[in-house]
Amino acid sequence: MRGPGRLPRWADLGLLPIVSLLAALAASAAIIALIGESPWEALRLLVAGAFGSPEAAGYTLYYATNFVFTGLAVAVAFHAGLFNIGCEGQAYVGGLGVGLACLGLDHHWPLWAILPVALCAAAGFGAAWAFIPAWLQARRGSHIVITTIMFNFIASALMTWLLVEVLIKPGQQSPESREFAAAAWLPTVRGLLGRSGRSLGASPLNLASGFALVAAVLVWIYLWRTRWGYALRVVGQNPTAAVYAGISPPRVMLAAMLISGALAGGLGLNEVMGVQHRLLLDFPGGAGYVGIAVALMGRNHPLGICLAALLFGALYQGGSQLSFDLPRINRDMVVVIQGLVILACGALENLFRVPLAALWARRRPAGAGE
Amino acid sequence: MSAGPTERPAEPTGSGRGRPPALELRGIDKRFGAVHANRTVSLTVASGTIHGLIGENGAGKSTLMNIVYGFHRAEAGEIRVHGRRVEIHRPHDAIAAGIGMVHQHFMLVEDFTVLENVMLGVEGGRLLAGGRARARAELERIARDYGLAVPLDAVVEHLPVGVQQRVEILKALYRRAEILILDEPTAVLTPQETDGLFRLLARLRAQGKTVILVTHKLREIMAATDRVTVMRQGAVVHETATAGTSERALAEKMVGRAVSLRVEKTPARPGPVLLAVRDLEVRDRFGVTRVKRASFEVRAGEILGVAGVAGNGQSELLEALAGILPPSGGEIVLAGTPLMRRGLGPRARRRLGLAHVPEDRLRMGTVAAFSAQANAMLGYQEQPAYSRGGFLRGAAILAGCERKMRDYDVRPPDPRLRLTAFSGGNQQKLVLAREIDGDPRVLLVGQPTRGVDIGAVEFIHRRLVGLRDAGKALLLVSVELDEILGLADRILVMFNGEIVGEVAAADATEQKLGLMMAGVKEGQS
Repeated sequence: MRGPGRLPRWADLGLLPIVSLLAALAASAAIIALIGESPWEALRLLVAGAFGSPEAAGYTLYYATNFVFTGLAVAVAFHAGLFNIGCEGQAYVGGLGVGLACLGLDHHWPLWAILPVALCAAAGFGAAWAFIPAWLQARRGSHIVITTIMFNFIASALMTWLLVEVLIKPGQQSPESREFAAAAWLPTVRGLLGRSGRSLGASPLNLASGFALVAAVLVWIYLWRTRWGYALRVVGQNPTAAVYAGISPPRVMLAAMLISGALAGGLGLNEVMGVQHRLLLDFPGGAGYVGIAVALMGRNHPLGICLAALLFGALYQGGSQLSFDLPRINRDMVVVIQGLVILACGALENLFRVPLAALWARRRPAGAGE
Repeated sequence: MSAGPTERPAEPTGSGRGRPPALELRGIDKRFGAVHANRTVSLTVASGTIHGLIGENGAGKSTLMNIVYGFHRAEAGEIRVHGRRVEIHRPHDAIAAGIGMVHQHFMLVEDFTVLENVMLGVEGGRLLAGGRARARAELERIARDYGLAVPLDAVVEHLPVGVQQRVEILKALYRRAEILILDEPTAVLTPQETDGLFRLLARLRAQGKTVILVTHKLREIMAATDRVTVMRQGAVVHETATAGTSERALAEKMVGRAVSLRVEKTPARPGPVLLAVRDLEVRDRFGVTRVKRASFEVRAGEILGVAGVAGNGQSELLEALAGILPPSGGEIVLAGTPLMRRGLGPRARRRLGLAHVPEDRLRMGTVAAFSAQANAMLGYQEQPAYSRGGFLRGAAILAGCERKMRDYDVRPPDPRLRLTAFSGGNQQKLVLAREIDGDPRVLLVGQPTRGVDIGAVEFIHRRLVGLRDAGKALLLVSVELDEILGLADRILVMFNGEIVGEVAAADATEQKLGLMMAGVKEGQS
């Protein structure tokens, strides 16, 4: 029982994020009231915008899919003690892999043959983009936060060059590749459901969401049910003890970053193969950074990450609805609300942890300590 | 200190002469969350005495002294200094009330001179020159009065640890401390330096100062103090004149039951050599040679002790043998296998039967954030007992941890609890259980009882001797001379990275080892 901040597990995983979320919403409500809109009305519109119809929910889940991939990516690295800020770039390059696979194969192969290649390309390209920062960290001690940020910029520049100079569809102004043939389109959920899926409307929800859920389960098994995951967590918690236990921290760090990059690459499936059906500029759209907040809020646990991703998906989708319906709340205002949620759930976590823990300690009978 | 170097006054001074007590604590109460660290503690320290405060780790002695020195605030109770009630909210208040504290880890600026360190914070003016002259005069007076000679212009980092400690005492006296609190002052000292410290404390007492000696070492209480207070679980359980008590009686009060201080063992019956070390040289990451051409052997069925003051290369030796620190030269042969030539790391060494209880269990031996069961397989996670085809065997891990907890009396016996929910002694028992459970041929043990309560010390010592009798080879590194003398069959002494001598346990005395620990080489070794 050392220091403050020790909470029972359920409160740590359940209560704390909810309290943080409520605080963020309260602050948002105050700001919304300040600019002259009704906070209740805004909240109602936000929820209705995110879940009000099957189509809205479909959009929410589509956004959430991206956040699950990047959230898992951040979490795996985090368990190895690494802060991977580079998911944005890894997702971008992972999408490039998907795009190249589709562009190369869509006229020759059917979907069931393209899909595994695209899957491997997403993971492989994402992992490859994470490899260099990981290698520099593990072997040379270059700080991974700095190098992964740098690699986001490099990825961005690389993709711009490729799309402007190499992959651009001939005779076209905007830097985009040609559209894939339908054989390289991930089936939408609407399509899979047939008649009953018609209410999903134009929502872009597709098979990639299923892959995201599978990835979450696999990450859970890997981290807590295999000895490699055990070694990874030992390295993250106590590198000295890892060396003592015969685990090589550099090797584990490399593995963790490769897995992290591969997971981030999964975003490419959803965006490139599932929705855009072409390569275009900036399709990750900041999801790599939101993944950090998702992982923080989800406590780096796959289940928590899925829930947090759902929340952020709802904020994205409901937020755009909100800015549409209430003229005084524009897109920037929605970004402010998202920022407040990130601030409360991530950066200010200890703001509520300490008083909650104190409350808990007082409630418990005394003398139960060491 | 078997002979007791301090001259005890004819009768305990202080309270009998009608002077108010130097320090009086009444009903001090302090909680940290759910932990009740001090339970209405009352303590009276007579003026002009050396008062011992003894208790196991976590008994609340440090909390109490930190309250007196203003690091913590008590929730209830009052502090009286020389009969006057004082409010102490921060160290500054304590100093103003005439209380000085020498911490276990010195609070010195390493590349300042002694004079600069002593002046720090009380320079007396914007320009240093005037203050420096005044400080020098004052310090020379103090040095004369108390026989506390310290080279004022020497840079602190060049001074031996014992002298650095004198600088700390000088700092307190310069700030006109009447009451001096020393927290575990002998942890880093050789026996000779310890004697020197106790002689100094006796001189301070003769000049009317009051000393509070916080320690967990019974011998020191017996050798140096006039009265002693025993704390257990946050409360004062016993107070007596030192002359009227014994180590055994104090130990019983500390633990709350009868304990055996001596390790029962029969003479060793050494077998074949299991671990041979030849010309081992180890450099740290700064390129400093920490172990210089060490050569020795450990046989089956014996405990080889490595004695030395902390920081003389024992830690590096241990880590090099375990494969954690790569040596820069030499060879280690484990049961016939040359480890260096074959380039074998910790994992391979473990498989060959080399187990290792590291010196610092929280830094190296465990993962604090993990549960007990996850810790009980650390280093052995690849063995079929714990994983198959890469997947962890949850039920087997749980059952294995339960069994270890039962065999080693780890309490509470709940494998799912976080490691930090266990006391130091129980953590150590879990580490020991894990390392012995792999049925090693050679066991490296570093500081097996550091931060461990007396009850667990007894248990751990018996286990180590039992392992020896089962034909294992044990290498024991400890800075506690008692432990080395009690357990080892042969003793190596390290000084400044070198093995300066070897003594058979039968011929070893504290005096002899103490001289070697200070670097005095034996005639024939």
